[in-house]
Order: sequence, then C-alpha cells, then structure tokens
Amino acid sequence: MKSSVIIFPGSNCDRDMDVALKKFGFKNQMVWHNDAEIPKSDLIVLPGGFSYGDYLRCGSIAGKSRIIKSVIDFANSGGLVLGICNGFQILTETGLLPGILQQNKYLNFICKNVFVKIKNKENKYFKNIKKEVLELHIAHNEGNYFCSNDELQSIEDNGQIAVTYCDDKGNDDENNNPNGAIKNIAGIFNKNKNILGMMPHPERMIDPFLSGEDGSLIFENLIGSM
Amino acid sequence: MSEVNEQIAIDHGLKKDEYKKICDLLKRTPNITELGIFSAMWNEHCSYKSSRRHLKKLHTKGDQVIQGPGENAGVVDIEDDDAIVFKIESHNHPSFIEPYQGAATGVGGIMRDVFTMGARPIANLNSIHFGSIDHEKTRNLLRGVVKGIGGYGNCIGVPTIAGQTCFDESYNGNILVNAMTLGLVNKNKIFYSKAAGVDKPVIYVGSKTGRDGIHGASMASTIFDDKIEEKKPTVQVGDPFTEKLLLEACLELMAGKSIISIQDMGAAGLTSSSIEMASKGDLGIEIDLTKVPCREENMTPYEIMLSESQERMLIVLEAGKENEAKKIFDKWNLDFAVIGKTTNSKNIELFFENKKVAEIPIDFLAENAPMYDRKWTKAKLPKEIKFSKNNFKSLKLSECLNKILTDPNIADKEWIWNQYDHTVMGDTIQKPGGNAGVVRVHGTNKAVAAAVDSSATYCHAHPLTGGKQVVCESWRNMISVGAKPIAITNCLNFGNPEKEKNMGEFVECVEGITEASKYLNYPVVSGNVSFYNETKDKGIKPTPSIGGIGLLSDYKKMITMELKNNGNYIFVIGKTEGHLDQSIFAKNILSNHNGPPPEINLFNEKQNGMSILNLKNKNLIETCHDVSLGGILTAISKMSIKGDRGVKLFPIEGLVNKFEYFFGEDQGRYIIEIKPENLENVEKILKKDSIHFDKLGIVESNQITYGSDLKISIDDIKEGYKNWLKEYMVN
Repeated sequence: MKSSVIIFPGSNCDRDMDVALKKFGFKNQMVWHNDAEIPKSDLIVLPGGFSYGDYLRCGSIAGKSRIIKSVIDFANSGGLVLGICNGFQILTETGLLPGILQQNKYLNFICKNVFVKIKNKENKYFKNIKKEVLELHIAHNEGNYFCSNDELQSIEDNGQIAVTYCDDKGNDDENNNPNGAIKNIAGIFNKNKNILGMMPHPERMIDPFLSGEDGSLIFENLIGSM
Repeated sequence: MSEVNEQIAIDHGLKKDEYKKICDLLKRTPNITELGIFSAMWNEHCSYKSSRRHLKKLHTKGDQVIQGPGENAGVVDIEDDDAIVFKIESHNHPSFIEPYQGAATGVGGIMRDVFTMGARPIANLNSIHFGSIDHEKTRNLLRGVVKGIGGYGNCIGVPTIAGQTCFDESYNGNILVNAMTLGLVNKNKIFYSKAAGVDKPVIYVGSKTGRDGIHGASMASTIFDDKIEEKKPTVQVGDPFTEKLLLEACLELMAGKSIISIQDMGAAGLTSSSIEMASKGDLGIEIDLTKVPCREENMTPYEIMLSESQERMLIVLEAGKENEAKKIFDKWNLDFAVIGKTTNSKNIELFFENKKVAEIPIDFLAENAPMYDRKWTKAKLPKEIKFSKNNFKSLKLSECLNKILTDPNIADKEWIWNQYDHTVMGDTIQKPGGNAGVVRVHGTNKAVAAAVDSSATYCHAHPLTGGKQVVCESWRNMISVGAKPIAITNCLNFGNPEKEKNMGEFVECVEGITEASKYLNYPVVSGNVSFYNETKDKGIKPTPSIGGIGLLSDYKKMITMELKNNGNYIFVIGKTEGHLDQSIFAKNILSNHNGPPPEINLFNEKQNGMSILNLKNKNLIETCHDVSLGGILTAISKMSIKGDRGVKLFPIEGLVNKFEYFFGEDQGRYIIEIKPENLENVEKILKKDSIHFDKLGIVESNQITYGSDLKISIDDIKEGYKNWLKEYMVN
C-alpha cells in the first residue's frame, strides 16, 4: 500500500506520520507542497503543524497551495484522504469537508490525552476496530469545530460524524468537551466517507512508551481494509 | 551623522572611563555607528565583563565533553557517534516588558543556538520565576510568558518536556524566563562559529532586518525603573514560522559540505555575530550594509548593525558554493544575500552606499573589552534556629500537608504544561510533571533525560551551599528517572554586580556549582549570565538555574515516580535529620524565613545516587522520586496522587519529631518502591554499600496513614494540589 504525506512549509508532524505509516506497513513518500502532482498513492495524509505559519487563518494558505489541486482531484475520485489537526483545518478550508475550526473555547493551546467515541464504522478508517472508545492525543489551539445548523443536520443525517470527544466510558457530553466543539465533534467524514479530518493525533499513540497505543488501531485497520 | 561625545556614550550605557578607553584605543573619536558597536560588544550581556574571571573557575571538562563553554552551545557525547547539543539562556528583561514576545523570542533564540551547531532540536525546557501571587502583575505575566513559550515551541514542532515555575516576591519587578533546548547531532558533523580562510563569502540568511530590538542587549544590562514600559520597542518580535523554515533550510545546507562557519544573530545582532566569527578565526571581516535585506525603509548603518530582528543567521561559505546554497534558501522562501567577505585585516570594515562607515580592529571589541574584578562580600552561614516543642504543639500533620501541597511553589503545574506541545516528534516517553522529561534518541534504544532546577531560597540564605544544592538536585532528577547524569548548562540570574552583596552571591554560587559539579563529574558545558535583575534598588534573590541532562542506554528501563502496586515496600534512601530551616514547612507553617539551608554532603550525594542506579540496573526498583521541597510527606503525596494509591507509613525511629521527619528538607534523599520479593536483596545491597535507608511504609489503596496521627484520602489531597493553579489563573 502506498501513502503520501504532504509537507507544507510549517508542517511539523510530517515525520511522525511517516514513522507511523511505515511502522504499519505503508510504503510512504513525502511530497513537497510546491510539486504539481502527487505520485500514485492509496492514501494521502495532510499532517499536523502550522502550514505557512497559520498566520492568515489556520490552513487557509495551504488550502490554496499548488499541490492541493491534486489532493482535491484525488479525493473527488474517491481516494482516501486523511487530515490530522492542521490537516483537518486545511480540508475544511478547501471545502472538501464542511464547517470550520475556531479557536478553543478557553483560548488556550491544549496538549493532552483525550478519549473519543467512534460514531461510524462503515468506512475504511474504523471498519474493523473492535473498541468503541479510543484514547488519543490532542495538541491544538484551533480545534473548536463549528458549522451551521443546516450543515450539522446534514452531516448527522449522512453519518458524517467520525469521532466525538468523550470520557473513558464513551459519554460524549459537554463535560467531556475540551475545546467547545459543536456536538463534541473531534472528526468528520465527507459524504462518501473517503475523506476524514480529525483533530486528535493517532500518530502520537503507536507505542506503549508514548502516551498510549490506540492510534495503532486506526493504522492497522487502514492497511487491513485496503 | 551626529557628533559623538561623552554624554552620548553614557546614554549608550557605557561608563566614562570605558568611553575614554575607546577613544584611546582608536586614537580618535568614534562615529555613531562605531560607538553603537562598542556599546553592544562591551555591555555586560555580551562581554561578561563582571563575570568572566569567575566563570573561568567552572568545572568544564570530562570524557563526555565534546565542546564546553564558549561556543553557541555545549556538546556532549552520548555514544554511537550521537551527541547532544544543549544550552540554557535567559530572556528576563524583555519578558517583563512584553511577556509574550519576550518569552517567545527567548525560546526562538536558544533553539537557533542549538541548530546553528548542526543539531536538530529534540526538546525544549524552561525555568520561569514570577513575583508574589498577590502582586498585581503576576497573573498576566504568567499567562503571557506561558503563551509565548507555547506559541513559539508548538509552532516549530519541538516538544517542551519539562520545566520549573517559582513564585517569590523578589521577582515582583523582575521576572525570570530561562529557556533551554537540546538538539541531536552526529558528533562528526558539528558546526562551529570559528571562521577560517580569507576572501570567503559572508552570507546573510533568514528574516529581513527591521528596527526591532535595537539595543536589546544593552537593555539586558541595565536596571529597571518606573519608565521601563517605554522600553517596549526594544523587545524583539518573534516569527516561529520563519524559524521553522530557517531550521529546515540550515539543516539541509549542513548536510552538504559548503559551510565553513555559522553563527546565529542573537543579542547585538549582526554586530556580535560578525565580530565573533572573525575574532575566533583571527580574521577581519568586510560587510556592505547596503546588501543587507531590510524590512523597513531608510535604515541607517547604525540601525542595521544593532537591530535584534529575529530568525537571522550569518554564514561563511566556501567560495563558489553561493549558488548551491541559495537554491536551498529559495526553496524555503528565505532571504539570502552575500553581504561581505572575510579578510586578513583583522578589522571589521563596514560600507554603506559605497562609503566606508566604520572600521574597528576586532581585538578592541573582543579581547580588549573591559573586564572587572568587582568587589564582593562573603556571606556568613546563618545561625541555626532551634525550634522548640511549643512550635509544633497545636499542629496536625494533615493540615500541614494540605497547606504545603497548595503552596504555589509545590502545587501542580499542569495548567502550564498542557499549553505546551510535549508529545510532537513522537519520542516523549516521560512528560512534564515527573522528575525529569525524557525523550528517546530517535530510532535507537537510547533516551535522554533533562530537567531544570533552581532554589533561590537556599541560595539567598547561603549562596555557597545553594550553588552546590542546585547541582545536586539536578543530578538527583537524572538518577530518579534511571539516567546516568552527563552534564549541565547554567543560567546565572543575579542582581546588580556593582553591589558587593550581589556580586558576592554570584561569586559564591559559582563556587558552589563548581565544587558540586567537579565532585559529581557533572561538568558545565554552556550557559549565560544575567545581571542587573533589579528594579528600583530591589534585586532578585540569587537564582542560578541548572539545566541537567542524563543518558539512558535502554529507554525501556526508565523509572517513573507514580506508585505502582499495593503491597510494595517504600524506602527512603539517605539520612533524615529533620532540617527545617529555610524549608517550605518553616516558611508556610511556622512563618520563619531564617536559618541556614540544608547542608550538602557530596560524598553521600554521590553514594546514594550511584546506589539507586545500581538497583535500577538490577531491575530492583519499581518507582523512584527524589525528596526535595516539602520533604518526605510531600514527595510521598505526589507519588500517591500520580499513581492513585496510598501509603501506610511505619512508625519513625530516632530522635527527630514527626514534623521534622516528614517535612525536613535534608539533601541527598530518594524514595523508592520495591516489590516484596526483592526486599531482602535490596536491603542486602544497601547494607553492603553502607547506604543509609529507612523503611518508610507499604503501598496501599486510596489513603496515606500514619498510625492515629494521619489519615488522609488521596482524592482529598489531589483536589487541592491539582486545582490550585487553575483556580488562581481563573480568579
């Protein structure tokens, strides 16, 4: 299985993602933002970081970068596109995913472990994961997901909510919402479920000596479902 | 160009006799650009004129040392061709004036010092000191500094793995922000700042030069007064995105063979970087300032030379490699300009719009910089306080413990480090909040531990003992995670060196640091000095911050501090005499701030530490935590809270009373957890090595008990300990 990780200037989780993908059997390649085309891939990953400094608005410049046209074409033809953290922000900026990511409710950067509940397993990302609740890690300042009521209705109707913040028992209520995201949304799909954007970092949870291992489940499932 | 006179020189922070020396050396009056250069190079921050003669005494040698003080950062060998580049640096004055930018650029500056040497930064740490919690500025300064440190480090993508936060009224008018970075480099691919060869192109890369930070280094060498807010424009503004690009571009260029020397533009910007490179290479340097990329219009030579705009580097390249290098910087969208060349004149010569605007022999600026042998007074060891039975009569252990666990200097600092990305790079195996942060050496079985420590209370009470104590505390933090201590970096924060008392504090702290680091073979390889931490005549307590690093050859054998299993035994290694003077207990419960700090016994320190490592190598300990502020019961409480378990404490033996025993701050002690099946073996080893230990208790669920004197649930102590800072910041 071939994967491509796009490096934007300011990306800083590109290496971590490369390490994770390779660990679970992907043949991964790094692709520079200024390239015109992406080499043949089964999965494209937009990694975390601060693309172009995130000075204008998180992910906005990356959403207009040279390489992004190929990402959009790939996604529209049904290819798997995974955006983590800044990658999620970029996906909403391109319009591939609905909604936006605002600054965290309490205005602070948050770096900690969180639990998320898998809301839809009818997709290649979560299909064979046995657990309902995963322990993942967040590290962001703008992870407060927001969308209009109509959009929310539509993403709920289409089963597009991927993961929600919750406690270790799976209660995804306001008490377990680290950043103010609407409906505790931590990640969403597009309608076809081939595009996933999420704030938590599975690539930081792939080893018992790190913050945890539940990230492994996502990578194992991805490679297994291809 | 305005005429230079003595008054202008004084306005630049130079003393009368220093100005006279400049005129004598040049045999003429300097022009304004030259005066600016002298003032930048001769101020305390750049010239170390008050501290140099004492810093020479530091213990800086060791088998593991590849590069000691004098370069951009120190370098130590961690085997297999790997080396760690590390340094700590202060950014105190700017952070008080503008906390966000001051702290952010402090982090940016120290990271540049590390990647300048060819190392990829792998961990950041910090030591931050604020005024009293009741002071009106403290909350905002804390909030701003934390956001600044996070804002910069998070964006670059280097994890902040450990730190230290203190509150004390002596910092009301002068907060301390000390930032430390560790980088990883192949020991055969280290880059230095020494230029070599004549007619080599001098390259400017990175951000454009603006008017920010002009005279920043001079500001760091003055005391504060009421008008300090007016100095805001001298604080530099950080751009972590550009630094990230600069980091990647420099490392890409360093992978080739075109760099002769490289130096970041830190304090005193283009002035100190160009002079330092030439001075170390015993060369001259010629720069055409017209070619320097400028952000603002009509910048004068004076402004260009003294700007402290961030994220800039100066490189001496092999001739003919300009295009190859330029390609890399173009790719990363960074400015690249050939601005001059090395010469054999041994002068710095500056040109602007085809006119020579300055010419100074480099010797005058570096070697001939003033050096002072300032007067200092020796501190007396304060008399011991004899606490009487009456002092303890109405006290309850549980009330004392609760009060200590919510002391600002003890309470949990998670509110701070949750704002720092501490897991990016995927190698953080011990997060902030433990004895030390630990990161793996990527792709190997090794890991590096790092921590920052200071203990201004002890240093204030007796600088010599305090200096020794900080080094020992750092050493203990390394041992407690199972790492072999390797080396330290020191950030020496003091008051006004022109005052004999302050100078004495500096001299004696340095002596203490030297004595301990020599005995423990824990050499100092880098650091900086920050004097003039004084506002309106009130100086800070002497605060040397020690950043230590240690090596774990097998990261899987790392030790953590949370209690592991019910039924395991708890030992205290090291003797408890019940030293309460200068302790948190004395201050907080007995309202007594006097007496000597706890004594340091370097022999025991070393023996106890080595025995812990020995037990660890034999896989005989489950948990370890050093005993520091707040004594045994505070340490036990932290271990209990982290592990969500309690301890049943055994009756204490000996002559000390329970308050002295549980809250005394005697040094050289560790608490360890041992499985029942290893008990006999551990006791045998400790007895054989003549290590003093007490059997302290046994791990059990949910509560800490001591006979009928103490019964306290972990949930209860957790609440206060975990929430104090959060609640303070909300109110």
